[in-house]
Amino acid sequence: MTAKEWKFTSKDIANKPDLFLSGHRACAGCAPATVLKLVMKATRGPTIVTEATGCMEVVSSIYPYTSWATPWLHTAFETAAANASGIEAALKIMKKKGRISKEHVDVIAIAGDGGTFDIGLQALSGAVERGHDFLFLLYDNEAYMNTGIQRSGGTPHGAATTTSPAGRAVPGKLEYKKPLADIMIAHDMEYVATASPYYWRDLITKVRKGLEVEGPAFLHVFAPCPRGWRSNPAKSIEYSKLAVETCVFPVWEAVNGEYKLSIPSKVLSLAPQRKKPVSDYLKGQGRFRHMFKPENKALLEEVQRITDKRWQKLLKKCNLP
Amino acid sequence: MTSKYKGWKEIAPAGVCSKSSRTFLTGDWKTYTPILDLEKCIRCLICVMFCPDGAIIWVPDKKDIEFDMSFCKGCGICANECPTKAIEMKLE
Ligand SMILES: Cc1ncc(C[n+]2csc(CCOP(=O)(O)OP(=O)(O)O)c2C)c(N)n1
Ligand code: SF4
Ligand code: SF4
Repeated sequence: MTAKEWKFTSKDIANKPDLFLSGHRACAGCAPATVLKLVMKATRGPTIVTEATGCMEVVSSIYPYTSWATPWLHTAFETAAANASGIEAALKIMKKKGRISKEHVDVIAIAGDGGTFDIGLQALSGAVERGHDFLFLLYDNEAYMNTGIQRSGGTPHGAATTTSPAGRAVPGKLEYKKPLADIMIAHDMEYVATASPYYWRDLITKVRKGLEVEGPAFLHVFAPCPRGWRSNPAKSIEYSKLAVETCVFPVWEAVNGEYKLSIPSKVLSLAPQRKKPVSDYLKGQGRFRHMFKPENKALLEEVQRITDKRWQKLLKKCNLP
Repeated sequence: MTSKYKGWKEIAPAGVCSKSSRTFLTGDWKTYTPILDLEKCIRCLICVMFCPDGAIIWVPDKKDIEFDMSFCKGCGICANECPTKAIEMKLE
């Protein structure tokens, strides 16, 4: 059964045993934890996971406990994709020598935005260039959370972090979010997609599609972090919906470089009046609080401008008006 | 860490975590407890999908959901996302 034919209900998903287990030490309301739980519901058989350090790696592997009900390997901050390459190469040779009987073993590499946009990028680029068969899963909480909320290449413009504080000297991060998924498409990958946990069905289907690709696949998942965003833990999933509804984080997939909006974003392209202003998403998040001060009005307008500009660019890539 | 487990200096360079985190109960972190109104619940399982801690389970035999308070951290996501507002967060 391919991802396209795979029809599932919430009950099917609930009935499928968890591979990412309870008892992990993520903060209350951590959306990356929801993301991993859902991602692991999409597996189709034996699966090996390797994870770069970062919140999700730390909270799920505090000695002697593990939150993984599947083979899982910790790896250094910069080497998630290098590790996945090694695992895949080892599986290949072991199969050739008849040392494993499994038909196929899926490999998933997981990293946060720091471990993907920044320090892990060369390992990722190399692994994709070499064509290893694995899925790279980026859970994007938009800063280096595990070490105390430092800005990364994935932190959006204007967000306050401990290394891009909002004050009199600078109004939060000065630079813009790196368009990472586009960079991955430029590697001529077969499958690149973005997803948001609120649209859990879309997320699970995309994970399955990524696993089905014979070669590298890349999935960029939006993952609100109440600790680092200084937001209400109860709203983590709601923010993942608002980010899509405001076009701050559109959901789409690109198969062999052909961009296609996924339904939650497609709806907004058909009915632009339903696209919400960015302030609907920004308000309530402590990291953007300064943007609502009268003296930072221009910053708020800039965030709207860049969001609109990137959305228009994406529509063009999807051949939409 | 209890003395039953070796410290990081004694374990092999590639350490192995052998104990399921399901034996590490995080339920005592919470200050708010989700209370479910079974009359309002339509068994859509949205809360099961979104709970970051796997603390809501679908029990097929009972055709109902159950909260596992030994893991619930009281984040309130379930209450916030429930389409029928069947979950209320109560201060412990
Ligand atoms: C080479 C190296 N530099 C720094 C660190 C310290 N470190 C551990 S986790 C982390 C941040 C991880 O950030 P991210 O990848 O965004 O994941 P998050 O914690 O936000 O989930 C850092 C800087 C490290 N382990 N290795
Ligand atoms: S700091 Fe953020 S990403 Fe890390 S465990 Fe807490 S909520 Fe999750
Ligand atoms: S309050 Fe949070 S941790 Fe507790 S059951 Fe609801 S979603 Fe899960």
